[in-house]
Amino acid sequence: MTDQVEQEVQVREGIPVANLLILVSSGILFGLGLSISEMVNPARVLGFLNILGPWDPTLAFVMAGALLVAIPGFQYARVMHKPFLAVSFNLPGKKDLDKKLITGAVVFGIGWGLAGICPGPGLVALNTWQTNVFVFVAAMLVGIWLHDRVLARFS
Amino acid sequence: MTEFSFISGFSGGTLIGLATVLMILGNGRITGISGIVGGVVNREKGQMSWRLIFIISLMVGGAIYPWLWRQEMVVDVSAHWSLYIIAGLLVGIGTRMGGGCTSGHGICGLARFSPRSLVATLTFIASAVVTHTLVRLVTA
Repeated sequence: MTDQVEQEVQVREGIPVANLLILVSSGILFGLGLSISEMVNPARVLGFLNILGPWDPTLAFVMAGALLVAIPGFQYARVMHKPFLAVSFNLPGKKDLDKKLITGAVVFGIGWGLAGICPGPGLVALNTWQTNVFVFVAAMLVGIWLHDRVLARFS
Repeated sequence: MTEFSFISGFSGGTLIGLATVLMILGNGRITGISGIVGGVVNREKGQMSWRLIFIISLMVGGAIYPWLWRQEMVVDVSAHWSLYIIAGLLVGIGTRMGGGCTSGHGICGLARFSPRSLVATLTFIASAVVTHTLVRLVTA
């Protein structure tokens, strides 16, 4: 089924309960994981980036724990014809290493290195109701909009 | 300075991994936060509800953490507000230009052995380390 048809089906019929359960449980587990690992705390992330010391290796263990579970899952997905609860996999098709990938990663890294916040933890940290978290998330949304609606048109 | 904690980091990490596995095996999608949020910002037709449901669930996960784990959520954002504006803009622009963030490239991409994601992940970690080191040297 093409994306177009799939989208129309979704608009007409809403999201099936099984897919809804996946979305909700995946979201909650992700939010809990970021909280438990304390990756929601920019001080932890900056501690990892702090190679001049004292260094906090926690982020490396979070990545290790995540990949330990994710690698078997994603590799199993490769041999499946389709996901359990959808008509097809929705995966990025790009294969080449282009300038946008590198430039984007450098720009993201600068922002991440300045504040110690990436998109997921930013959203979860809104739970603390601190003004600076809202400032960050608002600026991030503006940045996304700026790229997709303005910058992307010039390249 | 934060104390290094192996157990909380590792166990939190496995939950994040489990979240991405549920999403790929169940719904066939990559759990990339910047991509999911990007679709909402762009108001993609027919793609809004699942994205919003995931984002809200993500935040609910953080909301139930304090009573589930009996621990307060600590988020140290004590720098000047202007830093968060600049950082937020760069994170928004950069993740969209590079096609992913820590979750999409760093976890899902690496887990499916994507060369693009490996390059992106090494690049943004290196860029963040250099940035943080420069900030430390300048403000020292």
